[in-house]
Amino acid sequence: MNVLAYLIPVSLVLGGAGLVGFLYTLRSRQYEDPEGDSRRILDASWDDQPKP
Amino acid sequence: MTALPDPRPMACPGCAALPEPEAGAVAHVNDVLLSLPDIHCHNCIRDAEAALMARPDVAAARVNLTLKRAYVTPIGVVDAEDLSATLAEVGILAYPLDQTALQSTDSQRAGQALLMRLAVAGFAAMNVMLLSVAVWSGATDATRDMFHWISAAIALPAIGFAGQPFFAGAWRALSVGKLAMDVPIALAIVLALATSLWETALSGHHAYFDAALTLCFFLLAGRYLEFRTRTAARSAAEELTALEVPRATKIVGGIPTEVPVAEIAVGDVVLVRAGARAAVDGVVIKGRAELDRSMLSGETVPVPAAPGTKVAAGETVLSGPLTLRATAVGRDTALHRLADLVAVAEAGRANYTPLADKAAALYAPGVHILAALAWAGWMLWSGDMRVALNIAAAVLIITCPCALGLAVPAVTTAASGALFRRGVLIKNATALERLAQVDTVVFDKTGTLTDGVPDVRGWDGLPPDARAVARALAEASLHPLSQAIARQVGTAADVQDVQDVVEHPGLGTQGYWNGRVVRLGRAGWAGPETDGADTLCTWLDLGQDAPVAIAFDDRLRPGAAEAVEALKAAGVHIEMLSGDRPAPVAATARKVGIETAAAQCLPQDKVARIEALRAQGRFVLMVGDGLNDTGALAAADVSLSPASALDAARVASDMVLLGTRLDVLPETLRCARAARRRITENFRIATLYNVIAVPLAVVGLATPLIAALAMSSSSITVSLNAMRGTWR
Repeated sequence: MNVLAYLIPVSLVLGGAGLVGFLYTLRSRQYEDPEGDSRRILDASWDDQPKP
Repeated sequence: MTALPDPRPMACPGCAALPEPEAGAVAHVNDVLLSLPDIHCHNCIRDAEAALMARPDVAAARVNLTLKRAYVTPIGVVDAEDLSATLAEVGILAYPLDQTALQSTDSQRAGQALLMRLAVAGFAAMNVMLLSVAVWSGATDATRDMFHWISAAIALPAIGFAGQPFFAGAWRALSVGKLAMDVPIALAIVLALATSLWETALSGHHAYFDAALTLCFFLLAGRYLEFRTRTAARSAAEELTALEVPRATKIVGGIPTEVPVAEIAVGDVVLVRAGARAAVDGVVIKGRAELDRSMLSGETVPVPAAPGTKVAAGETVLSGPLTLRATAVGRDTALHRLADLVAVAEAGRANYTPLADKAAALYAPGVHILAALAWAGWMLWSGDMRVALNIAAAVLIITCPCALGLAVPAVTTAASGALFRRGVLIKNATALERLAQVDTVVFDKTGTLTDGVPDVRGWDGLPPDARAVARALAEASLHPLSQAIARQVGTAADVQDVQDVVEHPGLGTQGYWNGRVVRLGRAGWAGPETDGADTLCTWLDLGQDAPVAIAFDDRLRPGAAEAVEALKAAGVHIEMLSGDRPAPVAATARKVGIETAAAQCLPQDKVARIEALRAQGRFVLMVGDGLNDTGALAAADVSLSPASALDAARVASDMVLLGTRLDVLPETLRCARAARRRITENFRIATLYNVIAVPLAVVGLATPLIAALAMSSSSITVSLNAMRGTWR
């Protein structure tokens, strides 16, 4: 059962990473224009170089 | 359901993570907002942003396709009209939005706070559930205790943060001595945590940390759905209002200048052009014109106006221009005073109790009594406080109000989303439920069943010369009746050469044809002294013989006849109440197929009729658009107005029809009835679960595993049932 000493922290860290990731998406306003974001990806303007 | 608590400063990491208003897509104080109703693809987004960014006075521009809006951060001051013009050059339709009429920033923050709590509850529930699975599958002794302690360490702070809306709601309800839905929820969560902690401290077998967290998660999901639906409807309604940036033309030192209506004071001189709505009450000091009062009275026959005539805000000048001296502005106008009267008189919906509240009124006390009885019974039988509290907590968790808290919002969200795609905006949370019970529909005529555009009646019956001359004269004028004549198709042979056509505002148009003076216009100028006729008509004087009358019918709104037919087929009683004269009312009623129609109704007559219908036990839907309908709209059980309606009418109604077609109305009714059926269905499913699981809990057989299974499966069943089929 000693393996629990690693597995429990690992599972908590992974879950925590998911939560932090979600907080990041929320903070960077990725849920405000779902419709527009799904269309913007089709735009070819910045395919060759990144947007300045 | 309880409202969200106001966002307030809290000292915890979750709140610190809430986004601060920063540079980006959210409106700044000095950001300019534009509505772009027609954008639909990435090309539109790119073109709009590029066009706006190309201007030297724009610092940043971001298009939001979901809201169909553009947020423009200006350098210095930018006129929104200029930005619209810029977009018009690249072929994108844009309207400036009145920023003050939109309050979306606050609600956006509240929505994100809720989403954050949902995420924290979801994260914690997943982790604790994993640990619980280990316990259920046979962890014992020290291992089980350790799992329980870790669960407690996750659950306590997570609930402390995520459960706040329920605790705040329960506190608010209790402090006014009421049992709202939040009370049993908060009690279940707190009791489950307390007994589980106690059990864990005594290294007991059963802990309900996972149940408390999943309960919190499911209910927050319901709250979030409810919130989303409400704000989506509200922001769409706000946008309708914000689109009408009220402007007027003020004459300063002889020069007309465009100013916001708010800047006009009593005594200012205001110019109202043909086709415009007067923004203030005033007295005509210059010009002659005809006024369309149909927004205020429902009457379609225009009224002549000359110097000295009083004009009320909301009246449309048909042939202009008129110069007014303002006698009342803003909230003092007759329009506003009437609209304010209506706001006080809302009766129809105040007494309505939504299904969810009815169920909650039964549920909240019932569940407390049940839990208390289970506790008392076990206390008497075993005398063990620990066992008795455990049983009470299990009962509270099993009876979790997921069907109420999740199923109702899920159905409402699905249904109002479906209706929004069809162009019906649900402004009021309970409107859909009330609509489902409607058995009587009352229509207004002008602007509702008809679209306010006249149509020539019996055009082909007129002599060819008259047709040709009338068309030639009509083409020179912007008056709606002239426009109706000009729209009539004519052959080449019909074209007659009429010279020197001049428009005499308020009277008609005049020209020379074959050396004679010909006139098209109102009775008394082009026709006999009084027309005597009951219908809307204009006269054509050919300079010889008797003047010819050209009569007009109201043109029906597209889909009006189909809507009435479908509603009748659905077993709904239909009536029409109009402020117009009897003849046009009867003609419209015949055309759409309504048997019961009343003409020359004053606003109070409409209200009285609605109240009489309600007194007969009928459930009334009122459809209207004018100021004379606002009273009736507020008095009816449910009300709907077209988007073209006066702002006061839209405010008074529960639903707004965004498109022009009326035949979505039967579809809306069908949707509402389906939604109500679905909600009752969900209550039955939830009751069934409780009937099976509660006895298990009371006799002490509900292990945390059974509680988790019963709760999750009932929540998932009702949500799936809410979203299944039929909405599309």
